[in-house]
Amino acid sequence: MKPLSDTDTLPAPELEEPAVNPVVGIDQSAGNFTYDIKYDFDAGTGLSEKTIDYISAVKKEAPWIRDFRHEALKKFLAMPMPTHWATKDLENINFDKIRYYLAQGQKPKRTWDEVPDDIKKTFERLGIPEQERKYLAGVEAQFDSEAAYSNIKEAVAKQGVIFVNSTEGLREHPEIFRKFFGKVIPTSDNKFAALNSAVFSGGSFIYVPKGVKVSHPLQAYFRINAENFGQFERTLIIADEGSEVVYMEGCTAPKFSTATLHSAVVELVALKGAKIQYITVQNWANNVFNLVTKRGLAHEEAEIKWIDCNIGSRLTMKYPGVVLKGRKARGEVISIALANDGQHQDTGAKMIHAADETTSNVVSKSISVGQGRATYRGQVHIPKRLKGCKNNTECDALLINTNSRTDTYPAITVRGDRNATQHEASVSKVNEEMIFYMQQRGLTEGQAMSLAVNGFINDLARQFPMEYSVELKRLIDLEMEGSVG
Amino acid sequence: MSQLEIKDLHVAIGEKAIVKGLTLTIRSGEVHAIMGPNGTGKSTLSKAIAGHPDYTITSGDVLLDGKSILELEADERARAGLFLAFQYPSEIPGVSIANFLRAALQARLAEGEEIDATAYYKRLYAKMDMLKIDRKFTSRSVNDGFSGGEKKRCEILQMAMLEPKFSLMDETDSGLDIDALRIVAEGVNTLRGPNLGVLLITHYQRLLNYIVPDFVHVMYDGRIVKSGGKDLALELEAKGYDWVKKELAAATAA
Repeated sequence: MKPLSDTDTLPAPELEEPAVNPVVGIDQSAGNFTYDIKYDFDAGTGLSEKTIDYISAVKKEAPWIRDFRHEALKKFLAMPMPTHWATKDLENINFDKIRYYLAQGQKPKRTWDEVPDDIKKTFERLGIPEQERKYLAGVEAQFDSEAAYSNIKEAVAKQGVIFVNSTEGLREHPEIFRKFFGKVIPTSDNKFAALNSAVFSGGSFIYVPKGVKVSHPLQAYFRINAENFGQFERTLIIADEGSEVVYMEGCTAPKFSTATLHSAVVELVALKGAKIQYITVQNWANNVFNLVTKRGLAHEEAEIKWIDCNIGSRLTMKYPGVVLKGRKARGEVISIALANDGQHQDTGAKMIHAADETTSNVVSKSISVGQGRATYRGQVHIPKRLKGCKNNTECDALLINTNSRTDTYPAITVRGDRNATQHEASVSKVNEEMIFYMQQRGLTEGQAMSLAVNGFINDLARQFPMEYSVELKRLIDLEMEGSVG
Repeated sequence: MSQLEIKDLHVAIGEKAIVKGLTLTIRSGEVHAIMGPNGTGKSTLSKAIAGHPDYTITSGDVLLDGKSILELEADERARAGLFLAFQYPSEIPGVSIANFLRAALQARLAEGEEIDATAYYKRLYAKMDMLKIDRKFTSRSVNDGFSGGEKKRCEILQMAMLEPKFSLMDETDSGLDIDALRIVAEGVNTLRGPNLGVLLITHYQRLLNYIVPDFVHVMYDGRIVKSGGKDLALELEAKGYDWVKKELAAATAA
């Protein structure tokens, strides 16, 4: 471990409209590079109480957070791996070989000029396009454990919107943070939620005041640079009554010879009549264990929508959920997963109905390429005491090669006779006649496959913002290259 | 001026020989009709020439402008100028006609070249006007939920946009009512010209009332057994295929 020193500087002066902005470029090959960064803060390898004390001290945390972390570590150590239902590949994670905290500085910079060169270069190489500034309200760029850059447009900040990383959120807005933190996803929710609760760093903290509709999306970009590293960001978004916000996140990591762990916890709270839309396009290198817990709590007439796109990683386990707590609350999960050779996308959705007239919609499409494996797990729960609840679940799987694999485990529990649910599932194999038809028009077999796959997810891809759906198409084209023959 | 030569072509599906020594030459500007009873190998011929992987060419050759195309993949043959209008066109859910055609044209450009979107749509709409196709058509997914007539019109539109040297039209009239048939035939007639050679495969004579061929060939048991001008089609209509069969039997016996 690095010795602690008081290197925290005052926040840089606020400048108007930053000239550059992060982040969308997320092509897998473009993400496959790393810089040899000199880290000022390093918790070393392995996990113990000392690791937690180090992280907590570096962040100068209040005692209650430190206690929260220690409590979480105990739970993590006590909980078994969920291998009784999930893949045994989880046993290949060696928690003693992971580095739990790496950071160059503690304060994110407000302008790109202040961001250290190598880190700035990283985000530039990821294709951080300047024109994107036009449509984002704020950006956070996390490099390993901490945000290197974070900024929110002045106009949005003036509306009272808070958009900072979790460290700053805890320090500067403890009254809001503490009220909601760990309430949607308790520490003991699952082993990886407990792990995150013990060692979390980075991630976004967002508060949107009553009635404020954030005109443009807020965006975060999560970048893993170091080998044997674990990234544990913690995001908490609170949309106060009648407010609206769209949050987008992108993720990449270089491909190392050893496994990397990404285990985030994301909690959303939509108060009465609020709307939150959370969009993810992840494109992890295929050695990343991506084990993420995401859940939202929707109060009366509130709406939470997860749009989730999973490409890359070695194993992804992610089931975004919505707890429909207030009358007429709505929850939605739209998910796309692409599993290529050596990858397992174990994704799905959870919809917990806890009030009358709540509605939920789950649409999931997965594509398995080569020996890739896609698994859908869904959980819909409507108890007997409720009335007027509706759920719609659709899951479609597309298999590209004969050795591709897909599994579907929908668990829909609807009790009582005053609620309605419908469920459709389909598995299809890419039709050879269709491919020949496209080839006859001049497309190569690979191009034909890409087009067929893009067509398969088209109705979902259209729900992504333009820039993301273009990127998504490009990613799929890249993934489909070499999938035939 | 281009030329498609089919030389003593033998085609099998698995072990079964279907086309058994067929020879035919088509030049730009010509429309050849191949007629024949069901199961005689007409569709097999067109799919084999287009490069369908289920069809094995056991001997013979197919040359486009003097060069054999048999070593080429289906998409390479398409880009070389061969178009197959399918009897049963595939549905491609989620891919609009406009995007599909754009991808097909893009595939014909050299690497690094990008299609000019404005010019593309201008050309697409001009072709659609020419073929009297509603512009809304292009935003629909390719053949997805189309009627028989719509599918065939979609084929004609693709042919118009891809401008092949030779078009193999496989049972273009199948499944069409008389109105649809007339519309499709009008489309083919519009595209007919000095730069296009057409091989029209049909079971019925009625299509040839609308698309008048330069040459008519009768196919039976995997070969062409009789060739002639457009009048041959009328003779077939009057006398039926049995006439050809009998003639053939007599010739074989003699």
